[in-house]
Amino acid sequence: MEKKGLNKVDLIFEKVDPKEVLTMAYKMKSSEIIQKVLDSGLKGRGGAGFPTGLKWKYTAAVKEPEKYVVCNADEGEPGTFKDREILDKVAYKVYGGMVIAGKAIGAKKGIVYLRGEYRFLLPQLMKELESFHKLIKEIGYDFKINYCLGSGAYICGEESALFESVEGGRGEPRNKPPYPTTSGIFGKPTSINNVETLVTAMMIIKHGPESYSQLGTKDSRGSKVFSISGDTPTPGIFELELGMSVQEFVNEFGDGDTKAVQVGGASGFCVPRKRFLQTVIGFEGVPTGGSMKLFNSSRSMYNVLHNYLDFFAEESCGQCTPCRVGCQQLLKGVQKVKKGEVKSTYLNELVKLADTMKVASKCGLGQSVGNAFRTIVENFREEIIY
Amino acid sequence: MINLSINNQRVSVQPGTTVLEAARKLNINIPTLCNHPDLCVAGNCRVCVVEQTGARTLIAACAMPVAEGMDIQTNTLKVRNARKHIVELLLSEHRSDCTKCYKNQKCELQALANEFAFGDTIFLDLTEDHPYTIDRSSPAFTKDDSKCIRCQRCVRTCFELQHISAIAVANKGLHQKISSFHDRPMSHVVCTNCGQCVNRCPTGALVEKTYIDQVWDAIYDPDRHVVVQTAPAVRVALGEDLGYDPGERVTGKMVTALRQLGFDSVLDTDFSADLTIMEEGTELLTRLKKVLVDGDKKTSIPMFTSCSPGWIKFIEHKYPEFLPNLSTCKSPQQMFGALAKTYFAQKKKLDPSKLVSVSVMPCTAKKYEADRPEMRASGYKDIDYVLTTRELAVMIKQAGIDFKNLESSHYDSIMGDSTGAAVIFGATGGVMEAALRTAYEIVTGKEVPFTNLNITPVRGMEGVKEATIKIEGCKPEWKFLEGAELKVAIAHGLVNANKIMKQVRNGKSPYHFIEIMACPGGCIGGGGQPIPTSMEIRKNRMKAIYSEDEHMVLRKSHENPDVIGIYKEFLGKPNSHVSHELLHTHYVERESY
Repeated sequence: MEKKGLNKVDLIFEKVDPKEVLTMAYKMKSSEIIQKVLDSGLKGRGGAGFPTGLKWKYTAAVKEPEKYVVCNADEGEPGTFKDREILDKVAYKVYGGMVIAGKAIGAKKGIVYLRGEYRFLLPQLMKELESFHKLIKEIGYDFKINYCLGSGAYICGEESALFESVEGGRGEPRNKPPYPTTSGIFGKPTSINNVETLVTAMMIIKHGPESYSQLGTKDSRGSKVFSISGDTPTPGIFELELGMSVQEFVNEFGDGDTKAVQVGGASGFCVPRKRFLQTVIGFEGVPTGGSMKLFNSSRSMYNVLHNYLDFFAEESCGQCTPCRVGCQQLLKGVQKVKKGEVKSTYLNELVKLADTMKVASKCGLGQSVGNAFRTIVENFREEIIY
Repeated sequence: MINLSINNQRVSVQPGTTVLEAARKLNINIPTLCNHPDLCVAGNCRVCVVEQTGARTLIAACAMPVAEGMDIQTNTLKVRNARKHIVELLLSEHRSDCTKCYKNQKCELQALANEFAFGDTIFLDLTEDHPYTIDRSSPAFTKDDSKCIRCQRCVRTCFELQHISAIAVANKGLHQKISSFHDRPMSHVVCTNCGQCVNRCPTGALVEKTYIDQVWDAIYDPDRHVVVQTAPAVRVALGEDLGYDPGERVTGKMVTALRQLGFDSVLDTDFSADLTIMEEGTELLTRLKKVLVDGDKKTSIPMFTSCSPGWIKFIEHKYPEFLPNLSTCKSPQQMFGALAKTYFAQKKKLDPSKLVSVSVMPCTAKKYEADRPEMRASGYKDIDYVLTTRELAVMIKQAGIDFKNLESSHYDSIMGDSTGAAVIFGATGGVMEAALRTAYEIVTGKEVPFTNLNITPVRGMEGVKEATIKIEGCKPEWKFLEGAELKVAIAHGLVNANKIMKQVRNGKSPYHFIEIMACPGGCIGGGGQPIPTSMEIRKNRMKAIYSEDEHMVLRKSHENPDVIGIYKEFLGKPNSHVSHELLHTHYVERESY
């Protein structure tokens, strides 16, 4: 397997002249932009990792006068806080990415769906947006960005639940198909991208796909902003090249006593010490939307798991059976196992349940609850039981 | 056409067909729960998951459109395990007091449990973690959240079919529930008691409030005389709960069964339906005269029918400014009730205080209507107990009656006579057709100009129907209507009523007379009718209604001998003083939440 070491990168927060990049993009054809993003190998930075170029290509292919670019800034995954930093420091690059996406797919409207808890950023974001709108008008773009605020539900980060929320409905995921590329916001073709993805796309236009794709590995091109928290002497935000192993990551950020790293937040995977060396951070190993949480030996993995399950039981939208009831069963189940009220072998039933949730839930939330559950129960079974 | 294979059988279907529909074409049964033929796809119970070759996850058959070359397996181990888990999960949050439950053996969750979840329970009981209350505030139905499985059929019904959303989804995750505005009791929200949600609830979470025991008590009380009336739509649907296919007319057997149950007088709501036509038809003509001839600004046109108590509550909540447009006529049930304890008691020399008046209705809103404070014109509660079609079927089963082998018999005399015009009250457009048959004849002295009296433009399942009838050859006293074109409209299902009302509110309504029924298809699709319901079932019941009409000797309300008799002996003439006392009512404005 192709591997890269730990290398710090400065792409996302690099200062650029938006006028220069957007003028470049303005002169390109829609298909040219899409080809560059395809060539770069960029995959969505929200966590699911869908190739961005393909998403744009599909949306561009739909013949419909009204289309939308949506920036998913509903950063809700526990342990992720990189989008807040990006919006705080380089919002103009997020807007820039949206304009480029708009040009690529043929959309004139953009919506930033901002996490409700980030409302405090709004005045400064609106101010920047005002001057940004002036800038793109000068260049010649016909594109307008609006803000929409979330109200605290984790599920609204799921793309179709986000659309429902924008449209004024309950934040509940839709049945797919149809996919957003054909029927997204208000039933119109929509490209919905993560904050970081949009910034990255702008940087690909600036530096070219060749230079970008030199970073990372075959399956995980480029670099990624990580939100690092937990038992680490250096918590914070770091942009790193993809392709490093968890071991290399822990060597840099651990406190010398790291027993596990939760990669990808509550919906991600728990990597125990014994697998640090062989586990690559990236789509070939453990993918992440940016959340990296380190746990040292003082932590009870039962508490970690309990915390995640409590979170999911609360944050499931509640519409589909496997997720709504499954989360409650997993939570109550581990509580009873811990208290000795059911046999420890009941954990095996719960693992099977987590597998059902993975294949039978309606959306990514329910499908990914099992990730943390399985990896924590399999690797730290004794901590759950005793 | 799209070609796919399900369980290795090839099938070609139209684009847009779901995997579930394609499977049904092959007679492959995929279990469902949240799915309902009258409602939009939800895809939330996940019971219908199937395996698609090459897909990362299982797919919900009800929500997945077919695609070329799809390879579907509906019964693999993976599918069975997931379904078993899903049913077990639903059971773990459902308070399973099955043997005591009103829906026992009629519960869709129970049927699935029987198939997928017999034997040892896998998961922990969650019902103890969720405190619940049973909302018994409505006189029409009971809402028990502890039996709710969040399939949202009720929510979709209330929104899509009725445009009310008295119930909606509240909260998320483990706290998710089906609730009302600010968790108010159902008696204090915009709910119309139509019972369409009750009709579609797969479990015992929403059931009609039953009065079976009270009716038995009355029947067994030797001091009481129990009168029963049956609505037109009951006779074409009751059979479904007693072993017949939808659309079977069981009028005669039903009458025999009611006698065997012990009712002292078995009478027909059809009688008061005919009476309604006399009163409402006269009211319409009087209104037209006031508006067209007298220039009376206080009189309102269009006039709306007032037979459907769900519709009445809807307009009271949503369009109270148009209450003056509602006919003041009580519904046939309530006209009957007022006369049972006055006219009927006098004729039969019965003490009205000892008379118990029971009605069998296709409707849950009728239970509410009977409880309205206005409905005590006789000096007593005009209708004591309202049973749904389903409750009557339960009583027939309780009594051990072999329904299929019953002889037919006729209703008692006095308030037992019926015409075809009254029977068709049970279907959307029926009141309109009956009213036109009579009103046209009052005005012109001739029969309505439609072949065999069948006014076909007002029939059928279209949401909003309209018709224009030119009035020609008027009698002298109705000369002002000569050459006039009477414009009428019909809506059924409150979502369609809302369309009509918006038009009226915008001042764009061209109509003189509008019939509105709260339930899809009219009373044949009422909330108290046998479960399940679907367009096909409702169409069969409708066919039976019109066939009942065709088989009647008398097909015009004003020819009903009992109706002629009561005007001669008791009421005088339509809209007389006595009529107004007993047969007409008023309405109240209500809040819109």
